[in-house]
Amino acid sequence: MSQHVLSLLVEDKPGLLTRVAGLFARRGFNIHSLAVGTTEVPGLSRITVVVDVEGAPLEQVTKQLNKLINVLKIVELEPEQSVQREHMLVKVRVDAGTRSQILEAVNLFRARVVDVAPDSLVIEVTGDSQKIEALLRVLEPFGIKEIAQSGLLAMGRGSKSISERIYKN
Amino acid sequence: MSNSAGSAEHPVLTGSGALLKSLEYLGITDVFGLPGGAIMPFYDELMSQTAIRHILVRHEQGAGHAAEGYALASGQVGVCIATSGPGATNLVTAIADAYMDSIPMIAITGQVFSHLMGTDAFQEVDIVGVTMPITKHSFLVTKPEDVPATIAAAYQLATTGRPGPVLVDITKDCQINSAPFIWPPKVDLPGYRPITKAHGKQITAAAQLISESSKPVFYVGGGSVRANAQTELATLVEAVGAPVVTTLTARGILPDSHPQNLGMPGMHGTVPAVLALQESDLIIALGARFDDRVTGKVSEFAPNAKVIHVDIDPAEIGKIREADVPIVGDVREVILDLLPVWADVKRATAPDLTDWWARLNTLRETYPLGFDTPDDGLLSPQAIIAKIGEMTGPEGIFAAGVGQHQMWSAQYIKYERPGAWLNSGGAGTMGFSVPAAMGAKVAQPDRTVWSIDGDGCFQMTNQELATCMINGINIKVAVINNSSLGMVRQWQTLFFDGRHSFTDLQPLPGPEFIPDFVKLGEAYGMLAIRVRTEEEIEPAIKLALETNDRPVLIDFIVSKDAMVWPMVPQGVGNSNVQYAREHAPVWDGE
Repeated sequence: MSQHVLSLLVEDKPGLLTRVAGLFARRGFNIHSLAVGTTEVPGLSRITVVVDVEGAPLEQVTKQLNKLINVLKIVELEPEQSVQREHMLVKVRVDAGTRSQILEAVNLFRARVVDVAPDSLVIEVTGDSQKIEALLRVLEPFGIKEIAQSGLLAMGRGSKSISERIYKN
Repeated sequence: MSNSAGSAEHPVLTGSGALLKSLEYLGITDVFGLPGGAIMPFYDELMSQTAIRHILVRHEQGAGHAAEGYALASGQVGVCIATSGPGATNLVTAIADAYMDSIPMIAITGQVFSHLMGTDAFQEVDIVGVTMPITKHSFLVTKPEDVPATIAAAYQLATTGRPGPVLVDITKDCQINSAPFIWPPKVDLPGYRPITKAHGKQITAAAQLISESSKPVFYVGGGSVRANAQTELATLVEAVGAPVVTTLTARGILPDSHPQNLGMPGMHGTVPAVLALQESDLIIALGARFDDRVTGKVSEFAPNAKVIHVDIDPAEIGKIREADVPIVGDVREVILDLLPVWADVKRATAPDLTDWWARLNTLRETYPLGFDTPDDGLLSPQAIIAKIGEMTGPEGIFAAGVGQHQMWSAQYIKYERPGAWLNSGGAGTMGFSVPAAMGAKVAQPDRTVWSIDGDGCFQMTNQELATCMINGINIKVAVINNSSLGMVRQWQTLFFDGRHSFTDLQPLPGPEFIPDFVKLGEAYGMLAIRVRTEEEIEPAIKLALETNDRPVLIDFIVSKDAMVWPMVPQGVGNSNVQYAREHAPVWDGE
């Protein structure tokens, strides 16, 4: 599967997410994950989208996105030149016999326990996709009760910022 | 209510007043619409002014297509207005149509009060949401101070770059509340920067490729019409000497009488135009988008051709067919840049197109457009349409619906100028013709405007004939009446073993017509004529052309067995073009 990480700088307008998501749906492009949030510039949001480009070439995806009036800029973030992170909360079943094994895994992955109950733990973890998947594989035999996962967040390495060029214009 | 006080320079206006002034300051002189609850404050303002002519339609779809016809005939933006809910949704077909054919249009809709939005209020529909996939952009306005900038932005978006429809949804409270009116407003569209000027390197590469080709062809599409490139296009094609094909939406951009014009390509294109693309070694696409009705099976389309693709929309380039030289820019500006470069290149190496023209001229002589006389003794629709074109002349405007009559109108009328041929190309909207002709006549009152319509299409939107009659919009309607949904019937004949499933609109011929279009025309107060015999054709058209005090309708009773030829069946390569049924042209397709 061919996946690409796109960072979109967009105007924070009502319906913006519908416009972006709708475009993906009707053009037959697949979204693997999506993360939306504010930026350092008031009025601008940033969408990080992971795209599967089996059917349509990436170029066609970015060209169509660029046609949306509220999209200001699109940058593809290559894995080598960017920092990429996901965030996950996972609720695992525990008992007296498994607790120490699970806590050991939590330490090993540099994750954190954020909620403790007699028969469950909520674990918070941050990392790249592989790390998150690896932790899930370790926890799976104990019984995963619930997962909440963010979309991928990504940022280019070095001093340049995505919004720089826009405001020099 | 805004607290800011007005001044002489910035008078306080209601949102409705601001909307009206903004339209006026943008140079809008005609709008088409129909009022309802959520747009009533605006209509109240509209009543007490004279700068803008409002034409009251009978159905909002009519307002939408009229705005399209207005835009296509004049090159100016078309404006349509509707109320919230069903009024707005009735515009949807026309908006989608304008989107597919890149027609500059502003659709203004009333919306329920802001505080009622999201509550399933009476006549509430999320029209901004509904139209997101079929507009270039859409706006919701809730504050009167935002009206001028939004309308100015809508105008800029609709008319520049790749044109298209823009929807502005205005809540009723926004129309009622007041704010100082500031004009010109500050239009802020940081994400919108259409590229009109091409890269010089690409222009040189294009000239180089043309000089290396031996079988080049210009594939000219609707984008050339939007760019007003007719003069520059003629200069370029004459400088290069290559053949030209003009697509359905570009008919007339190069005169049909021009010796290099091979006519329309595609599913119902001329044999020379279809095969010129198919056998070419270089396609110079100017504002064309490689529509499936032109390419046929894409993997078999023009297998030996390199492609120079000029389009103002970067997303069109490489969408269907990879371009060897992609050029993003306005067709007219690109041609202006290309002309001097080509002149230089040509001096060094001019391509020899003698063999290419010999081949194409043979095709032209062997496979001219033509039709058989039907066996059932009824009239040939092709002959009627050709006669209308011939008797009206190139200064007329011809608006078609969708189907067989549309293809015959594209084939058998000689177009000598852009803006003479209006039709629904991408969307294929039945019912386009009558309201589009109405809009065209409003934009160009001194021209003869024909609606050439099928009897199926005509029954979808003929209510606008009342609008025409009452407002003195004296169009002429030719109903090509075969009592059936002719194009679907043709496909059933050819591809569904002649099983004519639900395509007969009524038994033919009479004695009874359901409905009787002559009586219908008379009910509207029009001059209405029925034509059944060959001898009646010319006198009826002549009378129609001489009658300019009211709209005219001619009901031409034609054979339902007439078919559109040539034809490339759907889903196959263009080498399979059929000149007539089971009659494929001879070609060296190795």
